[in-house]
Amino acid sequence: MLVVAGDLVGITLLSLLVSGTSTLLATLVAVPLGVTLGLREIGSQRLLRNILFTLYGLPPVLAGLLVFLLLRRDGPLGSLGLLFTPLGMILAQFVIVTPILLGITMSVVATVERRVKDTAFALGADRRQVSVTVLHEAAAGILTGVMVGFGRAISEVGAVFIVGGHIEGRTQVLTTSIITDIQAADYADAVGLGAVLLIIAAVVYSLLYRLQERTLP
Amino acid sequence: MTMSLDVEGLWKGFDQRRVLRGIDLHVAAGETFALVGPSGVGKTTLLRCVDFLLQPESGILRYGGREAATSPPERLALRRRIGFVTQNPLLFRGTVFYNVSFGLCVRGVEGPSLEDRTHAALAAVGLRNRTDARASDLSAGETQRVAFARAIVVRPSLLLLDEFTANLDPANVAQLESAVTTYHRESGATVLIVTHNLFQARRVASRAGFLLEGKIVETGDVGPFFASPRDERTRAFVQGEMPY
Repeated sequence: MLVVAGDLVGITLLSLLVSGTSTLLATLVAVPLGVTLGLREIGSQRLLRNILFTLYGLPPVLAGLLVFLLLRRDGPLGSLGLLFTPLGMILAQFVIVTPILLGITMSVVATVERRVKDTAFALGADRRQVSVTVLHEAAAGILTGVMVGFGRAISEVGAVFIVGGHIEGRTQVLTTSIITDIQAADYADAVGLGAVLLIIAAVVYSLLYRLQERTLP
Repeated sequence: MTMSLDVEGLWKGFDQRRVLRGIDLHVAAGETFALVGPSGVGKTTLLRCVDFLLQPESGILRYGGREAATSPPERLALRRRIGFVTQNPLLFRGTVFYNVSFGLCVRGVEGPSLEDRTHAALAAVGLRNRTDARASDLSAGETQRVAFARAIVVRPSLLLLDEFTANLDPANVAQLESAVTTYHRESGATVLIVTHNLFQARRVASRAGFLLEGKIVETGDVGPFFASPRDERTRAFVQGEMPY
């Protein structure tokens, strides 16, 4: 399937929208939760961390299948009509990215020096202010988590293919387009789309890296 | 502004080791008290209990004659009247200004008052010109001075200093001791110093106490405490005859 310039812009924008939104939503959920859990020194944290580490390796096709089963017409969330829509694709990537970001945030926060908490406490911070201070100290590590999460989202193909359906003009993204180009033996188009993916990654990561540099001591 | 400290029968241990074994100590409101003793006898543990960083196993802590409150808002209010400077202070990522103003920010101080008080605290330790420096770029002496400024910027009623000039050069030691004396004179705050440096204890404190094996052996006015200690163990320590 040949991708024309107009299509390419639409596909690229939808890729950014889906992966960017899913990463943003995962950040909003996983970072506060990860900070809260990372600050607690409880035995069950090890079990939770093991579960999250297992989910790091969650195959996107499996995540896509689970979300597909949820969203299909006779599934629990079928009435929402999200299957084969960008919103459904965002949900699928959210399921993939959230455990990664949650696990990294928990690990980073848990390894922030105990002295950070003690110092904030001794300076008169209340519990919430201690958490905010730890978050501030862990910002560089958490941003790494966001970068890893976005990388996972923008590069995955299985989940968005299953949940989005790769419908022309509606749910086509770069990765699914590469797959269909390969199936159609349009290798030049596939390589071109791959190059666009790499350029997106380079731009997004350079922006995140600059942000990360600001958080370093 | 000022606040006395009373420690009664304080016990604290870690695993099987008893570090504090029934500490009794009275520090009067507005005095500067130096607690001396060999390494590992529980001086830091005592200060951390006083600042609520450690939970004692038993015993009573009284601040200004009142037993430490247990309700979170009252405990927070009490904590905010205590300043603590440690031997190896940790400065947060960011600028000197961010670090020194931290205590004010968490207390809701903002605007010109925040800036004025932060600059005044930095001026008190001779670092007014380092406001915008990154904390990670500071020398050890500057780091310790920032930590001291960060503690006094909130005008604590009780100031705890734990080996706060250890490993510093004489110029930094002199500057920090002068800052302690000035803060004490201007604020009337109670100051409790833990130090190995017996000369420093004599220079800065009005009373001193000797801590050994988790117990207070002896307390007294600085002059007689060092010149003619009543207890043989105190004498051995202040005359440098106690190996540690």
